[in-house]
Amino acid sequence: MTTQRNVYLDHSATTPTDPRVLEVMLPYFSDVYGNGSSAHRFGRNAERAIERARESIARILNCQPEEIVFTSGGTECDNLALRGAAWARQQTGRHLVTTPIEHSAILRTSAELADVMGFERMLLPVDSSGTVDAEDLASAIRPDTAVASVMYVNNEVGTIEPIPQLAAQARARGVVFHTDAVQAAGQLSLDVQALGVDLMSISAHKFYGPKGVGALYVRYGVQLVASQSGGSHENYRRGGTYNTPGIVGMAKALELAYEEYDQRIAHYRAMRDQLIDGVLSRVAGAQLTGHPERRLASHASFVIEGIDANMLVIHLDLKGVAASSASACKTGNPEPSGVLLAMGYPHDLALGSLRMSVGQQTTPDDVEYAVETLAQTVEKLHRLRNLSFE
Amino acid sequence: MSDNSNTRVVVAMSGGVDSSVAAALLVERGYDVVGMMMRLWSEETVAGGAHNRCCTPDQMSDARRIADKLGIPFYVLDTKEVFRKTIVNYFIDQHRHGFTPNPCIECNRHIRFDFLLNNALALDADYLATGHYARIAQDEEGRFLLKKGLDDHKDQSYVLSVMGQEQLSKTMFPVGEYAKPEVREIAARFGLPTASKQDSQDLCFLGDGDYRRFLRDHAPEVMAAGPIMRQDGAVLGEHTGLANYTIGQRKGLGVFGAEPLYVVGMNPSKNALIVGTAEELGSSELTAKRVNWTSDITPDATFRAEVKIRYKAKPVPATVTPLDNARMHIHFDNALRDITPGQGAIVYDGDVCLGGGIIERQPI
Repeated sequence: MTTQRNVYLDHSATTPTDPRVLEVMLPYFSDVYGNGSSAHRFGRNAERAIERARESIARILNCQPEEIVFTSGGTECDNLALRGAAWARQQTGRHLVTTPIEHSAILRTSAELADVMGFERMLLPVDSSGTVDAEDLASAIRPDTAVASVMYVNNEVGTIEPIPQLAAQARARGVVFHTDAVQAAGQLSLDVQALGVDLMSISAHKFYGPKGVGALYVRYGVQLVASQSGGSHENYRRGGTYNTPGIVGMAKALELAYEEYDQRIAHYRAMRDQLIDGVLSRVAGAQLTGHPERRLASHASFVIEGIDANMLVIHLDLKGVAASSASACKTGNPEPSGVLLAMGYPHDLALGSLRMSVGQQTTPDDVEYAVETLAQTVEKLHRLRNLSFE
Repeated sequence: MSDNSNTRVVVAMSGGVDSSVAAALLVERGYDVVGMMMRLWSEETVAGGAHNRCCTPDQMSDARRIADKLGIPFYVLDTKEVFRKTIVNYFIDQHRHGFTPNPCIECNRHIRFDFLLNNALALDADYLATGHYARIAQDEEGRFLLKKGLDDHKDQSYVLSVMGQEQLSKTMFPVGEYAKPEVREIAARFGLPTASKQDSQDLCFLGDGDYRRFLRDHAPEVMAAGPIMRQDGAVLGEHTGLANYTIGQRKGLGVFGAEPLYVVGMNPSKNALIVGTAEELGSSELTAKRVNWTSDITPDATFRAEVKIRYKAKPVPATVTPLDNARMHIHFDNALRDITPGQGAIVYDGDVCLGGGIIERQPI
């Protein structure tokens, strides 16, 4: 194989589990293996670890431990939040408000609520940076609006949404407000009082925790119908045996993220800025997508004129650079990015959404290698395009 | 064994046994192998009905699993739009004009050895490999020869006859040296899960393999009823759509004469099916268009050769005369009953495929 180097620039997809996180998880696989719901000491030992994790997460979210519901990850959180709140409130209202740039966990769930369950869904406009305007939310809300959901940070273009303003508009009108904070967790404040949200989803593997575990914040008094019914776990809001190692790991990962917040963010920002500057100055036809300043510290995203991002990702992979395109390149069935279309990009550019997201281990050399590889690949693809097929 | 590790080969994988074995053989020979599957256009899945036969999620995960087992990267290339434009539209259009096209020939012309080959070369590949049963050799002057696969029953040189020197110089057919049972054995030796799978089929883009149903759905005008007539214009009955018939067909015409009647031709401008006696059916000559010579050199004189007029036909002796404008004239030693406009007339010198063209409508 001729792969020269491995540079992972897809931290928005997932991050490696921090060794310190893994270490605190290990005892909960085979030593403290009890079922957290059991009455005996084995169960109590597991329960103790789960409740400590809940308290730790609640401190970071500035909420009560009882307001945290553990789930299997971001998608389940979004399903529980949206379905749960919509079903609980359907007697008074069947109107849902969200945006066209949400993760598919919200888009598909809200579409299903609309298509199958008789709800009505409204999608708010976004501007060319992918930002939602709080005034638009205010005017979209009707007396029968049950839930509004706007993501904290867009996964594809990295734009940070004005959650405090959006949440304030919803709450002033008695509408439950959910935010998908999966991309934001670890990099932005998760203080639910300052944010003013009623429901908030996070997922551990995005902040150097394990895969398969997440948490949903549920403000006191917000009624949810369980989307996964079963035992009495999580106050009947989410049935299923506790994932003790995952929950313990998630709490540790979140603690570390906020203890080391300043140095991590400074590092992400430096790497990301080097990446953005390099790409914009050296890659022909590249434009930054998303908001230039109000964006996630680790996140860079581009469109490159005349280049199919799916092909680009293949070329980059063969050169050892892991990046992602917005569309489903694994199945060779690319659809234009719905996010970019909503932001007003034309169809052909919307096929070219390239995301590169840095992480703790990213070095300036990695970024230089990625930029140079991208620049060379784009130049080659432009050259080939000009002289060959069709 | 020579060091092949600096030679990159993109292998077109379908999830089937032939392309999987091709990939495995290349890995075994030490090449830097990259697996690639083309996502082709295919009909939307019919609710409750048949699945697309091409590039199904199952085939894709089969190919992915095989690539993983072989330790090679695997990618899916979006080929839908170019395939729809050059193959599916061509298929419909040819039927609309009363031809019986061979989409595999066009796919090799426009998709595999153009679009895919160019994409492979763009990925710094030195070669494209496929699971076809054919061989590539070089003569004393270094010219590349397209040869039949060793397994005569599986030989696919017919549909590869569109290749030229440029393509042949950058292509490998690793399974062409083997017979199908050997290929299955090799698959078993590598532990490939496809060892007992069925061969893939032509007309991969059809939802259910029924091209008549496809044409009814996508080009209903092609399936319009019209007159069945003799060559002198005498109308004998009504046909159900020209695409329902093939040259030489006798059964199912619903018309009767003093002698048995066969389909001898089609007149698309009148939407007429022409029938005639066995004597009217046979012909000992044809002309073909869009002729390609695999040597890139048009022969300058009439020559003796063997010609196949269908994928599964036997090669028969003939005299070939190259004509201007990439056409040729073929005179068969013995008359053939099923010369079908739209199919390939492919020219061989023994094992070597010299090239071929598309059979034109012959004046009758």
